[in-house]
Parts: sequence; C-alpha cells; structure tokens
Amino acid sequence: MEWYLPLAWGWIIAAAVAMYVILDGFDLGIGILFPFAKDEHERDQMMNTVAPFWDGNETWLVLGGGGLWVAFPKAYAIVMPALYLPVIVMLLALIFRGVSFEFRWVAKPNKSVWNITFAGGSILAAFCQGLILGGLIQGIDVQTQPNIGPQFAGGAFDWATPFSLLCGVGVVLGYALLGATWLNMKTDEEVARRSRRQAPALLAAVLVAMGLVSLWTPLAIDRIWDRWFSLPNFLFLWPIPLIALGVAYLVWRGLENGREIGPFFGSIVLFLLGFLGLAISTFPYLVPPHITFWDAAAAPASQIFAGIGVAIMFPIIIGYTVLVYWLFRGKVRAGEGYH
Amino acid sequence: MDFDPNLIARLQFAFTVSFHIVFPAFSIGISAYVATLLLIWAKTGADRFHRLARFWTKIFAVSFAMGVVSGIVLSYQFGTNWSRYSEVVGNVVAPLIGYEVLTAFFLEATFLGIMLFGWDRVPAWLHVLSACIVATGTAISGFWILSANSWMHTPAGFEVRDGVAYPLDWLQIIFNPSFPYRFAHMMTAAYLTTAVVVLSVGCRYLLANRFGEDARTMVRMAVGMIAIVAPLQLIIGDQHGLNTLHHQPAKVAAMEGHWNGDEPVALSLFAIPNPEAERNDYDIALPRVSGLILTHEWDGRIKGLRDFPRDQRPPVLPVFFAFRIMVAIGMLLIATGLAGAWLWWRGTLWETRWYLKAASYVWPLGFIAILSGWVVTEVGRQPWVAWGILRTADAMSPVSTGSLVISLTLFVLVYCCVFSVGVYYINRLINRGPDPAIIAPPRGGAANRPLSAAQDATRGAIAGGPEPAAG
Repeated sequence: MEWYLPLAWGWIIAAAVAMYVILDGFDLGIGILFPFAKDEHERDQMMNTVAPFWDGNETWLVLGGGGLWVAFPKAYAIVMPALYLPVIVMLLALIFRGVSFEFRWVAKPNKSVWNITFAGGSILAAFCQGLILGGLIQGIDVQTQPNIGPQFAGGAFDWATPFSLLCGVGVVLGYALLGATWLNMKTDEEVARRSRRQAPALLAAVLVAMGLVSLWTPLAIDRIWDRWFSLPNFLFLWPIPLIALGVAYLVWRGLENGREIGPFFGSIVLFLLGFLGLAISTFPYLVPPHITFWDAAAAPASQIFAGIGVAIMFPIIIGYTVLVYWLFRGKVRAGEGYH
Repeated sequence: MDFDPNLIARLQFAFTVSFHIVFPAFSIGISAYVATLLLIWAKTGADRFHRLARFWTKIFAVSFAMGVVSGIVLSYQFGTNWSRYSEVVGNVVAPLIGYEVLTAFFLEATFLGIMLFGWDRVPAWLHVLSACIVATGTAISGFWILSANSWMHTPAGFEVRDGVAYPLDWLQIIFNPSFPYRFAHMMTAAYLTTAVVVLSVGCRYLLANRFGEDARTMVRMAVGMIAIVAPLQLIIGDQHGLNTLHHQPAKVAAMEGHWNGDEPVALSLFAIPNPEAERNDYDIALPRVSGLILTHEWDGRIKGLRDFPRDQRPPVLPVFFAFRIMVAIGMLLIATGLAGAWLWWRGTLWETRWYLKAASYVWPLGFIAILSGWVVTEVGRQPWVAWGILRTADAMSPVSTGSLVISLTLFVLVYCCVFSVGVYYINRLINRGPDPAIIAPPRGGAANRPLSAAQDATRGAIAGGPEPAAG
C-alpha cells in the first residue's frame, strides 16, 4: 500500500498537470497570439472561442498545486519556496489575463488596455510555467535540517539558468501552437487563415525547442543520460522521439491539407509525448535530484481519503467538462459572439 | 533596512486573503440571488425576474473572475510563504482543500460557462439548472474552506507525531467543534452582504426614477431578506461566540477587552486596551452585561487576558476594535431590515425618501463586517496558526526577506490596480442597470429548439429595436 499509493498519486498529479497544460495551453495560446490579430473584431472572435471554458481550464492548475500539497506535502513545501519568484509572477500574470476576459467586455469601447493585459499576462504566465518546469528538472538544492527534515536551502534566483529560460521560451511556443491549431479548428475566415499560416512556423520552433531540451538534459545531467542511453532502457525508449517526429509530420501534413481537427489533437499528442519524455527523465524523483515520490508522500490515510474523492469526482468532472465543450461546439464565426 | 520576515509574510497573507474574501462572499450571495431570480421566473414567467437575473449575472461574472484569480494565488501561497505550515498540517488540511477543488471549483467554473454564455444557446431549463449548480458550487466551496479554517482554530481527530499532524478520524476533522458555527456565520454573512448590496442598488434606481418595476422588486426582495437574516445572524454570531469561549477563551477575552478573570465581564462600548498595563484606557462600559451574554448568569465569570501567559495572548487591539465594528454593523443592518419591513408593511416604503436615501449608502457595510469578523477570528487565534499545534512564527518558508518584500510590493500594486478597476467596472455595470431591451426566452418547451445564438441575437435586436427604453 505504502508503495502503490504515492505512485497512484503520481499518476493523478501527472494527469492534472497534463489536463492543465492541454486545456489552459490553448487558451493561453490565444492570448499569446493576440498581438497578431488585426482588429477588435478578430480579437473578439478569438476570445469568444475560449470564453466559456477558460475558468474550468484554469481550475486544473489549482488541482495541480492543491494535489501536490494533498499528496506530497514535503515536495510542495520544497518546490514552492525554491521557485518562489516564478510562481508569484505567474500568479500575478494569470490575474491580469483572467480579469481581462470580463473587464474587456465591460470596458467597451476602450478595450485596448485589456488587450495588452490579456496578451502580456498570457505570455508571461506561459513563460513562468516554463521557468518552473526548467527549474524543477535541473534540480533543487535541498538540505536536511535537524528536527524538521529536508528543506529548500538554495537562493532566490537558483532557477534562473539558460536552461530554464529555454524551457520558458519552449512553453510559450508550445502554447502558441496549441492556440493556433485551436483557432484553426474553432474559427473561420481571416482568423482561421492566419492561424493556419502561423501553425507550421510554430510547429517548427516547438520541435527545435523540444530537440534542444532533449539534448541538453542528458548531456548536462548524468542521471538522465543513464536513464535514456543505458541498456536495456535504450531499447525501449528510442521510439519515443521518433513517434514525436512522426506526429509532428502528421500535424504539418494536416495543416497543409486544410484539416481542422487533426492538427489540434496532433499538437496535444506532441505535448503529451514531451511530457512523457520529461517524466521518464526525472522518475522516480518528484523534486530532483533528492526527493522521490515516496520520500515526499503524505500520510497514507490522507492519500487514501483524498484519493477516494478523486476516484469519484474525476469521471464526473470529465463528464460535465465534455458536456460544456459539446454545448459550445462548432465554429465561432466572424462577427458572432456570446456577449 | 531591517524587516521582520515573519511580519512581512503575515502582512502579505493578510493582504491577499482580505482582498480575496470580499469576492467569494459576494459571489456566494449573487449566485444564490441569480438562481432564485431564475427559479421565480421559471415559475411565474414574469419578465422582470429574467431581466434582473441577466443584470446580476453580469456583475457576478466580474466578481467571480476576481474571486477565481485571487483564489488561485492563495492555493499556491501556502507553499511559497508558509511551507512549514504546509508540511506540519498538510496531512490533515490539504485533503479538505483538495475536496474543495474536486467538488466545488470545477463545478462552479464549468457551469459558469453555461450560465454566462448559454442564455440563448441552451434550453431555458438547462440554463436555470446551471445557475442553481453554480450557486450550490459556491456553497460547497464555502463548506470545505471553512472546515479547513475551523480545524486551524479547533483541531480535532488527529495526532501529532514528530511534530507533524496525522489524521485519525476524518469526520471529526471535517466537523470539528467550531465548524458548524463558523460555516453558518460566514454563509449567512455572504447572503446578508449581498442582500444589502441589492438593497442599495435598488434604492439608488428608485431615487433616480429609473427601472421602477425592477428596482422595486430588488428592494422588496432585499428588505425581506435582511429583515429575516440580519436578526438571525445575531443569534448565530452569539452561538459562535459561546463556542469560541469554550475552545479559545483567550480570543474572547481579547474581544471583550477583559483583563481580570476575577471580575464580572463588562460590556465595553468603547475603550483603548493597553497591553503593557494590562487594562483598558478610556473605558466606557456596561458592567456585567457581557458576562450575562457569555455565561447567561448575572455573576458570570470568564478567563481574563491576565490568566494567559503573555506569549499566548493574541494582539488585543485589532481583535477588540474589529469585534466592535462587526457588531455595530450587525445592529445597523438589523435596524435597516426591520425599518424597511415596517415601512413596506405600512405601504409607505416607496415614498419614504429618507429611508431610500440612507439605504442607498449601506452597500459596503456587509463587506466591512465580514473583514472585521475575519480579523477577530484570525488575529484572535494568534500566536497560533494551527491552535496548539504550530505557532505562526514557526510556519514560514525558508525564503529570503528580499523575495518576500518584492512579492508583497507586487501584490499590493497589482491588487490595488486590478481590483479597484474591477470595482469601478462593477459600479459602471450598476449605473447602466438592467437592459430593458432583453426579452426573456419562452420558458420550458424549448428543449428541441435548434441551438443557434445568431438566430436569437437577431430576434433580440428586432424585438429590442422599436421598443422605447422603459424606466
């Protein structure tokens, strides 16, 4: 039990983070692509494609952070202080972007401020999420204190490295790709045409970023090199990058052929493969390079109690999330909105 | 410069949580109000209820968005600023927050999409249902967060091993001794606060001769609600106080400014508590009255602050004054409700301009009372963050003072700018008022309608065009 529980919770957190990255990924992506829209009508159209969903999407972030606290309080207590500034700046950026959804409509016709906060907030939040990801992967300085156990022992800017900056840029590009393929699926006319032009360029940029991260991590960190290139691991793992390249090719082909649904879901698969790769690199560490899932686990009674809630509520949440996406299915056409 | 990091971390949490609580309290209230309006509309078919529901939904949307974004901050702040707290009580408190996310946040956030954007897109019954689900979601959210908070005041169902709390009995944890009182007190406060805002808005319109029928409906509903709920809140608050006396006597002693446990407890109307001299300066007090309220005995005694070692006393001044502000506002709201109900019953409510005028200014009172109440209970819990388990001074993260100062500064700047704009926009929406051009869709029987927003938008434009703006 004490062995399986933390593992099960690892899957739950991974699922929540994956859901977040996919769902909020495309709506942050809309914000990232906002500066490229030509006029207010196009921006209205873009925003309308996510307006009914953004709130639910962002809730996965609360589940990711809250879930980490529930299941792995020691990891939560180390990661948050270690990544203090990127986390705080991300939260502030999300404030600006979240309120822009409502303020922009109320501010009519003076929307320009809230266009800037929406775009700026989205870009900054995505970038900070990349910093957090990079800061975690490269490892956190932990020392064991007498009586209270392992604590964060580094400095306020330990996370700021070229690698984490690369991750930040990568996440911005990745979200923009999700946003572009979403718009390609959910809009028509000029907005859809532009996103079809943007998507291949973003796809190429994302592949470059993923390639750089995939090379950088094993070269810089021996543990990750051993994970991928020792035998027999390599025999099982070598297809993953190839599958990613194959998926990227399908996305590109889909865009060329004017497909709408395929490229969006292909981009999601690409994201999930990247996520899988990072998970393979860092497992069994939740806070590399010292704290494993088992080290950080909450009391089994707490993991069981909260786990029951997850088992009951996850299917229900997925159910009504699907319901809302279905109710607001179809394209948001130019000049049409919910407001 | 030499900052006390603990003080900065506390200031930051006090600041962010105070800003936050205003919006969920309002959201809990308005979502329930909108759901009520829509249910009445579904039953009676009277257009004004639909119009009002649409109007308050717009305000709800702005308030809810601010509640969401300021709430996400809190869920991360436990870790960023209070990592020792997260570790020591995480096993017990975190699952309660987890349940809040699972059972409430997703529910609210998802059905909010239908509530805000589904007016013309989904069948009327589904829309009304969504509004009810959102209102229920906000109440469920209140249930869990107040359970977690109450546990910090009156921990139960746990044991401490190696300085870390472990759960023993989840029912005892969730329904810890102060939870039923705190939950009832806070939810009532949220509904009361919203009723007060609705009253002020309605009165504002009446004084300006705008939206006559809609405004009267708002005022009637609000006056009725306040007249019942404000006195009820007094009783609930009294019971909550007795519960606190049992579990956290030092807090009650601070609330009363009661130093000497050997003397009967006076009801201090005004005083400046002097923690150094351990007495009240400039005391204006009714002897024995508080003792009578708290113990129901003429000669009732409770522990005084001097009965507690200095390092176990909460800061007296904020608790003492915040308690007085809260109670004074409570009394004022009871008067507002009863006076309104009296005038209504006499049939002179619409002509009594002094009442409408006074009532148009009461809107902030509920919020101030809520903030004061939280100051009483949270400052009153000091020096503990989790009563008897962990002191606030020992709960901090190992982060640099510089990081704390930077983040506090950013929070103050961003919150002041974003949320004051939000309040400004809410005010702007209120000034615009309900849109008389909006025609309610047919009730029921709409389930088979094709889902077309464009069609309805056209219909609304045609129907709304030639009609003169009413009110």
